[in-house]
Amino acid sequence: MGEAKFDNPTEALLARHSAPRKGSDWAEASRHAARERTLGMGAAGRRDEYWRYTNPTTLNAFEAPDVEILQLEEVPVFDGVEKLLITFVDGVYAPDQSDDLSGEGLEISMLEDALSADIHWAADVFGVFETNGQSPVNRPFAALNTALAGQGVVIRATGKVSKPVALRYCREKTTSDAVIHHVIRVESGADLSILENGAGASRLNTVMEVDVADGGSFHHLRAQGRDHARLATTAIFARLGAESHFKSFTLTVNGVLTRNEVVLDIIGDDTKASVAGACLGDGDFSHDDTIFITHDAVNCESRQVFKKVLKNGATGVFQGKILVKPDAQKTDGYQISQGLLLDDDSNFLAKPELEIYADDVACSHGSTCGAVDENSLFYLMSRGVPRAQAQNMMIIAFLDEAIQEIESEELAEDIRSRLLGWTERHKG
Amino acid sequence: MFEIKNLKASLADEDKQILKGMTLRIGAGEVHAIMGPNGSGKSTMSYVASGKNGYVVDEGEVLLDGANLLDMEPDERAAAGLFLAFQYPVEIPGVGNMTFLRTAVNSQRKMRGEEELNAAQFLKIVREKAKSLKIDADMLKRPVNVGFSGGEKKRNEILQMAMLEPKMCILDETDSGLDVDAMKLVAEGVNALRNGERSFLVITHYQRLLDHIKPDVVHIMADGKIIKSGGPELALEVENNGYADLLNEVA
Ligand SMILES: Nc1ncnc2c1ncn2[C@@H]1O[C@H](COP(=O)(O)OP(=O)(O)OP(=O)(O)O)[C@@H](O)[C@H]1O
Ligand SMILES: [Mg+2]
Repeated sequence: MGEAKFDNPTEALLARHSAPRKGSDWAEASRHAARERTLGMGAAGRRDEYWRYTNPTTLNAFEAPDVEILQLEEVPVFDGVEKLLITFVDGVYAPDQSDDLSGEGLEISMLEDALSADIHWAADVFGVFETNGQSPVNRPFAALNTALAGQGVVIRATGKVSKPVALRYCREKTTSDAVIHHVIRVESGADLSILENGAGASRLNTVMEVDVADGGSFHHLRAQGRDHARLATTAIFARLGAESHFKSFTLTVNGVLTRNEVVLDIIGDDTKASVAGACLGDGDFSHDDTIFITHDAVNCESRQVFKKVLKNGATGVFQGKILVKPDAQKTDGYQISQGLLLDDDSNFLAKPELEIYADDVACSHGSTCGAVDENSLFYLMSRGVPRAQAQNMMIIAFLDEAIQEIESEELAEDIRSRLLGWTERHKG
Repeated sequence: MFEIKNLKASLADEDKQILKGMTLRIGAGEVHAIMGPNGSGKSTMSYVASGKNGYVVDEGEVLLDGANLLDMEPDERAAAGLFLAFQYPVEIPGVGNMTFLRTAVNSQRKMRGEEELNAAQFLKIVREKAKSLKIDADMLKRPVNVGFSGGEKKRNEILQMAMLEPKMCILDETDSGLDVDAMKLVAEGVNALRNGERSFLVITHYQRLLDHIKPDVVHIMADGKIIKSGGPELALEVENNGYADLLNEVA
């Protein structure tokens, strides 16, 4: 199959995935609207303002790439924590490798099942948050996802959930195109943690729509798979009620192309949100974080902390925006993005944006890009630490501000050990 | 034995020679002091000896027990037994002081083919030594030198020295920025390390430190070389009269 038989590349996008199981009327209406949206906005292209730094060609291609499956000998990420495990293999739910879909303070179902119910709370979220997140910036892969996703989980947290829900994305086929869509609601006073781990497919497209009610807490921690040639586009759309907490952290090591988008709408007062990421890339690696946080409530705090370690021609991109609406007084917005370049061939490109319409706000943003500090390196070496190890200590130190955004110390330690692993494997 | 032989070194970026034929010889177990006007090249000498980037050695040798340090990487020089207490210790955000110390100690042990210390062994030793330098546990947990006061940084240098047990210690103005009590602590720390094997080169501007750490020999450095060497009385002379007479003598 080639692209030639389609009138335009967007139709090719829609045609490359098999159709999901038919859902109820509201679900099909939502999918249909998403299809129209996708056609309306067209495929992502280099001329789009937010695709200037990242080339979407391979994401748009009809065929998913052929990607060798990485055999890991180490303990999988998050292995040590108690969790409710849900496994997807090449983008398809694998019940035999998953725990029972039940837990304290938790209602879980599979997306296909939720979408076939005539009446379901997910109708207010599925495709709705994604649609809201399409303006002012188009996110064609997210619209495509809504139109075609059949897989995913629908989770409603009604109280304090005792253990995190871990979504594990495994691979068995070298070529696979996975489209996964999660819908999550954290009810008032509830507390939910979601862990995601794995490459999931040779080309993975995930969307997570999250509705955090007043006083709810949502923690998200993700480790994207290490398979070298894999492609991933992800998008999180979250709406945050009053006095809620939202935290999302992503670790990315390897992967030839990753585009992670996060769109947060803070609509209730006294809310705290944090979006953070650490990425390490060596060689053919392009990693893009595109964040859009809208403050539309009083006395809220948002943080964006992104750190990228790049070597041998790797590219890191950060596009982060804070929009403060006219009535969002006492907003505290913090944004930092930093690239640590381990050689002259690597690139870090940042586009920080502040758009502020309220007058009583404190927003700070900074972006830096540089090499490992020679004075620090010499200090460490003068105490006997060999150069490569000293450099690794500096890398870990550089990433630490992002790691500190992780709520759980236990999970943060797990992530730290992965960073160490990477620096050891990519020494010198 | 530590020896600097006719060392000439220039800045890598500029055509400017800082060390202009420096010679010095410190026997095992001896304590030498270097005094000299600002900009005479004392810190440069210590950096060149320990292998900092940015300098080019034009001529000469730096020998520790016969091995030429100038052929080695900075970490190898450390493992060979050289230690420099920095005039300006570097702050390293994100690297825990304790992690740093343990990595340093074990890297050196590994390089020398000795067994590494496990966490418990290390902790025990570091706690003891920190206590005698009045460094509290909280300081050990913090990132290397970050938010440390001037005096705390200097004490931290001495703690590192105590942990690493080097053969040759260069102390670059470790006394500057110390209050009277801290100076005593540091001096006691240094004196506790003195033995028949370990040598010290103490760079200072003041007699006070030398009251506590009695030098065997005092050198005066000016314009990139040693212009005069003598006994402890030389430091007193500088304290009382400054450098003018000494500089005139050589001119
Ligand atoms: N990286 C450098 N770039 C430019 N000049 C330098 C550099 N390093 C040293 N110098 C110059 O070399 C000379 C010697 O400096 P050095 O720091 O060694 O002096 P010092 O004797 O330690 O002085 P002080 O007593 O003030 O500590 C000074 O003139 C200094 O400005
Ligand atoms: Mg100096």
